[in-house]
Amino acid sequence: MTAISMRRLRKTYGEKKAVDGIDLDIETGEIFAILGPNGAGKTTTVEILEGFRARDKGQGEVAVLGQDPARPDRAWRNRIGIVLQTTSGLDLLTPREILTSTAKAYSTPRSVDDVITAVGLEEKADQRIAGLSGGQRRRVDVGLGIIGRPELLFLDEPTTGFDPQARRDFWELIRSLKDEGTTIVLTTHYLDEAEALADRVGVIAAGRLLALDTPAGLGGRESAEAVVSWEDEAGTRHTVTTATPTAEVSRLAALHDGREVPGLQVIRPSLEDVYLSLIAPHIVAETEASS
Amino acid sequence: MNTVALGWDRTLIELKQYIREKESVFFSFTFPILLLILFATIFSGQFADAGPGMSAARFFLPGMISAGVLLTSFQTMAMSVATERDDGTLKRLRSTPMPPAAYFLGKVGLVLITSLAQLAVLLAVARLAYDVALPADAGRWWTLAWVFVLGIFGGVVLGIAWSSLATARSAGAVVIAPVLVLQFISGVYFQFTSIPHWLQSIASVFPLKWVAQGMRSVFLPEAMASEEMAGSWELGRTALVLGAWAVAGLVICLTTFRWYKRGTT
Ligand SMILES: Nc1ncnc2c1ncn2[C@@H]1O[C@H](COP(=O)(O)OP(=O)(O)O)[C@@H](O)[C@H]1O
Ligand SMILES: [Mg+2]
Repeated sequence: MTAISMRRLRKTYGEKKAVDGIDLDIETGEIFAILGPNGAGKTTTVEILEGFRARDKGQGEVAVLGQDPARPDRAWRNRIGIVLQTTSGLDLLTPREILTSTAKAYSTPRSVDDVITAVGLEEKADQRIAGLSGGQRRRVDVGLGIIGRPELLFLDEPTTGFDPQARRDFWELIRSLKDEGTTIVLTTHYLDEAEALADRVGVIAAGRLLALDTPAGLGGRESAEAVVSWEDEAGTRHTVTTATPTAEVSRLAALHDGREVPGLQVIRPSLEDVYLSLIAPHIVAETEASS
Repeated sequence: MNTVALGWDRTLIELKQYIREKESVFFSFTFPILLLILFATIFSGQFADAGPGMSAARFFLPGMISAGVLLTSFQTMAMSVATERDDGTLKRLRSTPMPPAAYFLGKVGLVLITSLAQLAVLLAVARLAYDVALPADAGRWWTLAWVFVLGIFGGVVLGIAWSSLATARSAGAVVIAPVLVLQFISGVYFQFTSIPHWLQSIASVFPLKWVAQGMRSVFLPEAMASEEMAGSWELGRTALVLGAWAVAGLVICLTTFRWYKRGTT
């Protein structure tokens, strides 16, 4: 089943093509990461899907949970959770107060206590949001996104400002939402986040979808040749580039009589290598365009 | 939950935020009350031989009630909606299935509760601390009620409309400036007829002058009607002007309201 489908999605601001013809289907129940540098068009794309921005008139087709997001209604909003890229304006309330109030708008909300626990705000639940750190405020945003028990959850750069532990906790939360069947669309410019969480990744830059695959398969990474390297007794490093790294490692193991092979490494192109080479042309174009 | 229940919940949230924002409590709620006390004290000498039942507190009470109507409705609305549009509160509310009407009901609830509380405190201070006689006849209470309600309603819708001209950053200046000017030219702080005639004509276009005049008809002796611009309280015309502003404000509000900050859609 498709949760989101878009064809020739376009959004132009004056001369600027913020989204320049994206075709994409996002499946029900998957975690889909939209990866791209700043200014790539992530927020614009997601906010069109959320019903906050109008795509270019007469162009393309979009369906989110079977409905055109340009005409959002209550029943549709009831099925969707949204964590915007930036939020503020909650300073004078406590997490519990705003969660309790927001829950009332939904037909089958989660319990406020469950959400507070899920986002790890037990200790701050009754303190004014003004006194919370950036990462803690972000957890409030995530809590507000999931309080309505959405079928489809959008998160726009959810972990910006999180410390490493908070990021791990957040990943756990997202995985548990997936286990409950929630479809999750998140934008990020953290590669490790996309790699750790996503079933599929779409890389966008300059408003175009450049690649669409699993994190492991992105840019032909799975089938790419690997580099096996190790050190001999004299401490000299040897490297072999091969399409069959397992065979190479077995050969080395046999050579060492089952003892540890010193300094053994098997390296495939990292997601970062693939990503940087994908977006590189667009980063150049962007700088030239603005200078 | 239905829209009314959600509106009531929004009212409670609005009230919490209002009370916790010390500045808003001071500049919209407490200010007219402090001014009444201040004016009643400073000018008490000038009313020493004004006749029985007349005092500085009684003279200034209608003006302070009117200032309160303007502050708790127009000023609170314009400032808060402008800020909430810019900081994304409105967008966040739109991202939920909450019906838009619940947001406005919450605002109306906030204004009704704060303005009624303020009116009650003003009347209590005038009555208990300065011995001002409150109206004895039902007719005057009825005038107080409809002038107050029309004034508040107009303030709410015009405040929401006015908020579109401001950003969170500029709200202070864009909202406070007209509020201050209107208070000075509408006879809130001193006798309306002591203001130059051309300024009186300008003030007569705006609702505050009519709210203040209506309030004077409630609290001042009948004989003082002769000191008004037209030589009478003009209650019929007051109802007409306030009613027209309320309708116009509602129309402007409905046609110009934006949920999203400029340049974010
Ligand atoms: N409201 C807007 N008005 C004008 N240009 C915009 C607007 N929103 C986004 N853009 C432009 O569109 C491009 C994509 O922006 P955005 O979707 O915010 O990127 P991302 O979220 O990937 O960083 C950028 O060049 C940005 O400057
Ligand atoms: Mg963005």
